Amino acid sequence: MDIDLITNILYAMIRTGTPLLIVALGELVCEKSGVLNLGQEGMMLMGAVIGFIVTLVSGSLLLGFLLAMVAGVLMSLIFGLITMELSANQVATGLALTIFGTGLSAFIGSDFVGKPIDGLDPIFISGLTDLPIIGRMFFGQDLVVYLSFILFGAVYWFINHSRPGLILKAVGENPHAANAIGLPVFKTRYLAIMFGGAMAGLAGGYLSLAYTPLWAENMTAGRGWIALALVVFASWKAERVLLGAWLFGLASILHLVFQGLGFSVSPNLLAILPYLATVVVLVILSSNQTRSRLVAPMSLGNPFYAKG
Amino acid sequence: MIKLEPRGERSSTMAYLSPVLAAVLTMLTGLVVFTLLGVDPVEALITILYVPISDTHGLAELCVKTAPILLCAIGLSVAFKAKIWNIGAEGQLLMGGLFGSYIALQLIEAEGFWVLPLVLIAGALGGMVWSGIAAILKVRFNTNEILTTIMMNYIALNVLLWAVHGPLKDPEGYNFPESALFGESALLPILIDNTRVHFGMALALFAVVAVWVLMSRSFYGFQIKVMGMDAGAARLSGFKEKRLAYFALLLSGGLAGLAGVGEVAGPIGQLIPQISPGYGYAAIIVAFLGRLHPVGILLASLLMALLYMGGEMAQISLGLPLALTGMFQGMLLFYLLACDVLISFRIRLKPKKITPTPPSILASDTQG
Repeated sequence: MDIDLITNILYAMIRTGTPLLIVALGELVCEKSGVLNLGQEGMMLMGAVIGFIVTLVSGSLLLGFLLAMVAGVLMSLIFGLITMELSANQVATGLALTIFGTGLSAFIGSDFVGKPIDGLDPIFISGLTDLPIIGRMFFGQDLVVYLSFILFGAVYWFINHSRPGLILKAVGENPHAANAIGLPVFKTRYLAIMFGGAMAGLAGGYLSLAYTPLWAENMTAGRGWIALALVVFASWKAERVLLGAWLFGLASILHLVFQGLGFSVSPNLLAILPYLATVVVLVILSSNQTRSRLVAPMSLGNPFYAKG
Repeated sequence: MIKLEPRGERSSTMAYLSPVLAAVLTMLTGLVVFTLLGVDPVEALITILYVPISDTHGLAELCVKTAPILLCAIGLSVAFKAKIWNIGAEGQLLMGGLFGSYIALQLIEAEGFWVLPLVLIAGALGGMVWSGIAAILKVRFNTNEILTTIMMNYIALNVLLWAVHGPLKDPEGYNFPESALFGESALLPILIDNTRVHFGMALALFAVVAVWVLMSRSFYGFQIKVMGMDAGAARLSGFKEKRLAYFALLLSGGLAGLAGVGEVAGPIGQLIPQISPGYGYAAIIVAFLGRLHPVGILLASLLMALLYMGGEMAQISLGLPLALTGMFQGMLLFYLLACDVLISFRIRLKPKKITPTPPSILASDTQG
C-alpha cells in the first residue's frame, strides 16, 4: 500500500464516519436523559429529504442544512409528545418513528430521486492540508466534518464538565430523585429528545447534501441503527462515540481497502461488513452483564409518570 | 383544559376500540393529505380502500398479499407476548426465500410430491437460522435483540443480493439478477382456479389457529405470557426462561421464513432481489394493531394487504407516489400508540378553577 492510498482511506474513513458521529452524539445526549429513541433512522431520512429539496429549490446549502435540522426536531417532537404526554412505550414509538419517517421521506422525495445538486465542497487549510497522511484526514474535509469535531468537543464538555450536563445525567439515572429535588425532568428530556432530532436531521442532511449529493429512498441504509449500537459500544461515553464512529466509517469503506490491496470480493458481501461489525461489537460488549448494567443510564427506556 | 386521569385498571373496551380509532384517524388524516395534494379526497379513499377489492380478482389478490404478512405477524405476536422484540421478520423472510430457492433450484428437474415439502421446510429453516442467531446472541451473550435483528435484516438483504447476482443467478438469464424459474413440483398449488391464491394462504390460516391454540390453550403459551408480563415471576415459578426465549424467536423466525419461501414458490416462482416490499416491517404494525391476538392479527393483515394494494392503485390511477403505503403504515402505528393511552387513562375536561368570592356582606363585616 502506498502513502496516497493510506491518505485516501483515512480521509474517507473520517468522511464516512461523520454522519454516524453526529447522529450518535445526538442519541448519546438523548439516552443520557433516560430516553431511548429508536427513531434515528426515520429522523435522518426526513433530514436528508428536506435538506435536499430545500437546497435544490433555494440553491442554498445553509438553508438546506438548517431546515434538515428543523425537520429532525419536528420528528423528534412527535416522539416526545407520544412518549412523554401519553406515556407510550419508547421502543414501540421509536420504531413507529422510523417506519413513518421512511414512508414519509419516500413520499415527499419521490419527485426528486436522482436529481443532481452541487454538494458541499471541501475547505482546504493552507499548509495543514498538505501534511503527509493526516493532512487530508483532518484538514481537507468539508465544513460539516469540521463542525462534527466541534460538536464532539461541545457534547464532551457538556456531559462531563457542565452543570446542565449534570442535571441531564441526574434525570437519566433517576428521574424521581431528580424531580424530588426540583430538577425539571420533562423539560430536560424534551430538550434532549430535540437535540437528538436536530443531530439526526443534520446527519441526514450531510448524506444528501455532501456525502452523496442526491436523494434516494432509504439512503441512510441503517446508519441510524448503527448509531444506536455505537452508543452502546461507547458505553455512553462521548470520546468512545468518536472513536467508534470513525472505526465504523473504516468498516464501511473497506471495499476501497480491498480494491487497493488487489482482492476481488463481491460488493454485496463487503456491504455486510459494517452491520456484521455492529453485531460482533454488541456481542462482545454485552456479554458481561454486570458491566453493561453499570454503564447504561439507570432509567433508560422507562417512562416517567410523576406529573401533576 | 383537557386532563388525563388514570383509570385505575386497564379498560378492555378501549384496548379493542383503540385500533379502530387509529384506523379512523389515519383515514381522516388521509383526507387532509389528499386535499392538500390537490386530489379529490373522497375519490382517493375509494381508490385506495374499495377499488382494489371491488371484484373477485381483487379479493383473490388480497389473499395473495395477506398470506406473507399474516405469517410474519402471527409469529411476531408470540415473540412480542414474551416481550422479545424481534424486529427481524423482514430478514427472516428474505432468508426463508433464499434457502427455499436454493433447494428448489437444486431440485429443478425433480418431480414428485416430496419436492415442495422439502422446499417449504428449507424456507422455514432459513428463517429459523436467522432468528436463531439472534436467539443465541440474546440468551447466551445477553445482546439486545432489537439491534441484532435489525442488523440481520440488512445482512440478509445483502446476502440475498449476492446470491441472486452470483451463485443462484440463472446461467441462461441474459445476466439479469434472477434465478431460473422453479420446476413445476416446487411451486405451491393454486387453491382457487383462475386466481393466484396459493397454498400459502392455507398455511397462514393454519398458523393462526395453531398459534391461537398454543397461546390460549397450552401451558407453554401460558408460560410465554407470564414471562412477558413479569420475567421475575416466571423465573420464580421455575419456567425455563432461556428455552422459552429460544422457542419464541425460532417460531417467529420459522413462520417468517415460511412467508418468504411462500412468495418465491408462490406468486413469484423464482428468486429475485425484490421478494418483499417490507412485509416484515408491516407485520410489526399488524401485530400491534391486532393486539397480539390471532383474530385481531387476521383482520389487521387484511387491512395492511389492502393498504399495499391501495397504494399501487393510487399510483396507477391517481399518479400518487407508491410510498403512500409506507407513510400511512407509520401513521397508523403512531395513532395506535397515541390512542392506547385511553386504555389506562380517561380524558377529563378539567373544570376551570373556581375561586370562591367571599360574600360582600361578610367582606364588609370583616372590614368594618
